[in-house]
Amino acid sequence: MLLGKILVFLFVILQMALACGFIAGIVMAIVRHSQAKKVLIQCALVGLSEVFLFPFVWLILTALKPIDETMSMPIKWIPSKFMWGNFVDAAIYGHESLGYYPFLVYAVNTIVICILIVAGTVASNSIVAYSFARLRWPGRDIAFGLTLATMMIPFPVLMVPVFALFRHLDWIGTYRPLWVPAWFGSAFSIFLLRQFFRTIPFELTEAAKLDGASEWRIFRTIVLPLSKASLAVVALFSFMGAWNDFLGPLIYLLDQKTFTLSLGLQAYQSQNGGTSWNLVMAASAMVIAPVIILFFFTQKLFIQGIAVTGLKG
Amino acid sequence: MKSISRKEAMAGYSFASPWLVGFLLFMAYPLAASIYFSLCDYSVLKAPVWVGLDNYAMLLHDELFWTALKNTMIYAVFALPAGMATAIILAMLLNSKVKGMAAYRTFFFIPSLVPQVSLAILWRWVLDGEHGVLNPLLNKLHIPGPNWLGDPHWVMPSLVIMAMWGVGNAMLIYLAGLQDVPVQLIEAADLDGATSWQKTKNVTLPMISPVILFNLVMGIIGSLQVFTVPYIMFPNGAPAHSTYFYTEYLFDNAFRYHKMGYASAMGWLMFVMILILTMFSLKMSEKHVHYQGS
Repeated sequence: MLLGKILVFLFVILQMALACGFIAGIVMAIVRHSQAKKVLIQCALVGLSEVFLFPFVWLILTALKPIDETMSMPIKWIPSKFMWGNFVDAAIYGHESLGYYPFLVYAVNTIVICILIVAGTVASNSIVAYSFARLRWPGRDIAFGLTLATMMIPFPVLMVPVFALFRHLDWIGTYRPLWVPAWFGSAFSIFLLRQFFRTIPFELTEAAKLDGASEWRIFRTIVLPLSKASLAVVALFSFMGAWNDFLGPLIYLLDQKTFTLSLGLQAYQSQNGGTSWNLVMAASAMVIAPVIILFFFTQKLFIQGIAVTGLKG
Repeated sequence: MKSISRKEAMAGYSFASPWLVGFLLFMAYPLAASIYFSLCDYSVLKAPVWVGLDNYAMLLHDELFWTALKNTMIYAVFALPAGMATAIILAMLLNSKVKGMAAYRTFFFIPSLVPQVSLAILWRWVLDGEHGVLNPLLNKLHIPGPNWLGDPHWVMPSLVIMAMWGVGNAMLIYLAGLQDVPVQLIEAADLDGATSWQKTKNVTLPMISPVILFNLVMGIIGSLQVFTVPYIMFPNGAPAHSTYFYTEYLFDNAFRYHKMGYASAMGWLMFVMILILTMFSLKMSEKHVHYQGS
């Protein structure tokens, strides 16, 4: 296993470099070198990065192990053979008779729900936020204040009546309780988009108004095209929320065939946890990977979005 | 104020209408209905029957309710400050203008992207008493590792460690706040010969205090609702109900025992607790939070 040996080698080199860095930093601090603090901070950052990334490394290493090496003591760090097939096994594994389905089924379900939720969130919240940001109507500011206040309401308070409402509509067991509310706006996204919409110069829209353009037209042709980045932030957050949601699907979905990845993963681990940890980790990795890959491509938007929520709040 | 044109107001209402409907349907109605249900015996299968304050009276004598509440409070008291301190320290390290900041920022943030279910499963595997990886590592450093998931005294620290691992969101908010601290202020302190600690305590922390308050309030709301991770890691609050949390008990009452009225009463109590704690932190913070330009 050449690859395994190279990994171990690189890891050892990194640790040695880190140790040398720390020692050098301390020595520099003793002789009051001006760069001492920088060196120590750099080392602390590397060390902390290792701590934060370690569970992921362990996840991948476990996912690649043959079954008999997952629980061997002392720990076998590097698999004797990289079992890439574990990912395939976890993805297509399924026993209809036992009541669980291949992960691909859960993945398709999750993607369907995510698309419906993201589409609804972007469509409804952009329209509503336009009204709060750029139109004047009696009661607007009170309504906006109430909207912000709803962010404090914990979901468990609403859980029972909302469930009763959907049960009355005979929607339990369908995806509708999960995605329909997304089409009616949410306080957080309204707030985020309103902040962005307000930064668009009013002169731009006033001129169009004088030319007799309708609000809808101004919204579609001026405001939306200028807000692509903020719409992307809202889409991104709602996608993450939908992908990660556990409580919603747990309450509303009944049939294993309709489960999302989160629910499916939980069912899978309660059947296989403690036995095939390698497959459970492979399945886990496949649930985590899409969000991390998405994050890498959208980092900038993401970080801006989160910063705005904190600073303007 | 200029009089609002009728046309604009009409447009305003129609654009806001999806949310106005959504607010009534998914916020205002459930909030009101939840008060009503909390005063009823209600199983969803049959119409609610009025019982007055019985549910609340029962809660007072429900041992499991107090256990769940106690666990939740203990969790909040430890996880919240630990998480906030971790987030602030990480943000400060990131803000110190060393090379590779973007990479470190990504590394610290990634854990908070992990779906809660995966997070619970991953940490169950890392902390597992028999086959987990953390204890062998600790043993190498000659620290005897506890039975993280099986010992009632150690399950709470386990959950706190996991909370500290996933503070990426708050960290980014602090980082944005730190980057907004005017450079002149730090330079002025430098000229006065302030030490790093004095600068942190007297300049940086007061300047980001609104952000700290925001994260505190969000943290209170979030940590009182902790559900998914313990639900998956510790079925039924094992060992010995030491990880049975408020929202889990509420969920079980609603969807396992079909005591919807009882669950609604618990929901309302939670809402009131969150309100009180939030008001309390806002009140307490008045003296300590510094708003720029005011």
